[in-house]
Amino acid sequence: MSTLLSVRNLKTQFYSAGRTIYALDEVSFDIEEGTIFGLVGETGCGKSVTALSILRLIPYPPGKIVGGEIRFRGKDLINLPEDEVRSIRGKEISMIFQEPMTSLNPVFRIGDQMIEVIMLHQRLGKRQALEKAVEMLERVHMPEARKVMKQFPHQLSGGMRQRAMIAMELSCRPFLLIADEPTTALDVTIQAQILRLIREMEREFRTSILLITHDLGVIAEMCDRVAVMYAGSIVEEASVENIFEDPKHPYTKGLWGAIPRIEEEKENLAVIPGIVPDLSQPPEGCKFHPRCPFRFDPCDRIVPPLLQASSGHLVACFLYGGGKTND
Amino acid sequence: MNETKVIQTGQIAEVWRRLKRNRAAIAGGVIVLLFVLISILAPLISPYPPNEGDLGKRLRPPSSENLLGTDPLGRDLLSRVIYGARISLQIQIIAVSIAMVIGTLLGMVGGYYGGKLDHLMMRLMDILLAFPGIFLAISIIAVLGPGLTNLMLAAGIYSIPQFARIVRGSVISLKEKEFIEAARAVGENDFNIIFRYLLPNSMAPIIVQTTLRMATVLLTASGLSFLGLGVQPPTAEWGAMLSNARAYLITAPHVATVPGLAIMLVVMGFNLFGDGLRDSLDPRLRD
Repeated sequence: MSTLLSVRNLKTQFYSAGRTIYALDEVSFDIEEGTIFGLVGETGCGKSVTALSILRLIPYPPGKIVGGEIRFRGKDLINLPEDEVRSIRGKEISMIFQEPMTSLNPVFRIGDQMIEVIMLHQRLGKRQALEKAVEMLERVHMPEARKVMKQFPHQLSGGMRQRAMIAMELSCRPFLLIADEPTTALDVTIQAQILRLIREMEREFRTSILLITHDLGVIAEMCDRVAVMYAGSIVEEASVENIFEDPKHPYTKGLWGAIPRIEEEKENLAVIPGIVPDLSQPPEGCKFHPRCPFRFDPCDRIVPPLLQASSGHLVACFLYGGGKTND
Repeated sequence: MNETKVIQTGQIAEVWRRLKRNRAAIAGGVIVLLFVLISILAPLISPYPPNEGDLGKRLRPPSSENLLGTDPLGRDLLSRVIYGARISLQIQIIAVSIAMVIGTLLGMVGGYYGGKLDHLMMRLMDILLAFPGIFLAISIIAVLGPGLTNLMLAAGIYSIPQFARIVRGSVISLKEKEFIEAARAVGENDFNIIFRYLLPNSMAPIIVQTTLRMATVLLTASGLSFLGLGVQPPTAEWGAMLSNARAYLITAPHVATVPGLAIMLVVMGFNLFGDGLRDSLDPRLRD
């Protein structure tokens, strides 16, 4: 197994009203070929910005990738000319979005949109592209694929639209599929279907997947490895088994503690005290320290590095070493 | 582009269903349709040639011979009004097309790229908008000289900002939509995003603006012709006909009434139809 995508010290910032928002701060992770990598965190922690940075879709202005490295199949995505990035988008790296209701062009039929994408990246005639589109719709188990080809997005349900999106995004057999909260806007039964479909597609097309979500259940169900993000940084990364059985970072523990369990009877849900920091003025040192019940001396001064706490389990917390303590 | 055609059939049916329920819009539509038909069929339906008069029949009131009477030069008013529709429609189509093409392009580019270019263009549009429409048109004609061509240019130029602003606004709101981001994520270039994503999705406001603008342009054009800055006699143009009739308002009121009514009816028709279209195309009402 080799590394498909390698992100190193990625820094993305936004500039608005004279302030700098440190959206991503030294984000590093690797995605291996043929695996599902989960990125989990609260709203606004930088999950989507990470995805958009990989595709170089950060709108400038107001945003900019200011540092770091994104290597994808030997190519340095950050310094690639725009037209080369464009030929990678949709072909080698695809993305499906949260809102299937609004991520299809409302004025074109599903078929025309799919044909357009297929012909954009593959040397196929219109008829071949059409056959390919039908084939892809059938592979994502779209009922009546040929009929759907002639329908407009508003004539499909949310789940069908998301299926159509997945068919479209996989039609060029990308190496990496970025799924940004692909099931958040769908109801639970459809969620399960779409997740099963994504899993199936991963196996069938041997596509690696970067799955972005705030739903820990989805993570547990789907992922091979998981990274937990907080305030623009990765605080913990491990295999899905390790991170659920042995969460190490206080933030991860807090998140896990906030999952209500069906066997417990509780009046109130467990919460992490405090609020997510304002990313235009992130706290010094560890960004989680103002909310951390375990904070000690170095936490408010030094940023804890992401270090190996046990085999394959990375944590950015002084509780697991890395900082000079007073004892 | 058989794709665009196919799309519209689906959506047009939907818009038509809503439009049908709006009586004022249907009335407006009928007036517009009649106006267009009359323009096209003018040589077939007008009883006399528009510019040939019989001085012996000056200022006749409506009669069986001249259904709407005659003008100060003895020309049949009905025939002149019918031919006047032709000129008006020609002015409207050309002027509004100029405004639509240039305005839409400016609005698209400005709204999509934003930044300094957008700023520059929009301030230019603000300057144009700061003048009252007819005054701006008069200024343009003062520079270019009177005549049909320059009249159409003037009416076109002064309508550009309306299109530019509406399209820009629409593009700016569309730009934030996920399907534009998705388009970028599948590797579409700017040209395709503008012409295959932004333009088709901005069609509703453009169509509405086009229809409403038809009314405004007609008013401006006849106003300019009334002032002698537009279409020159003897061409039958409604504004010029009104101007001709001024001296006879008391003695032969029908001479002014006929072209006046024609202008009023057509302007009203376009306005009603445009308003109705806006209501039935409004995306907020879409399911």
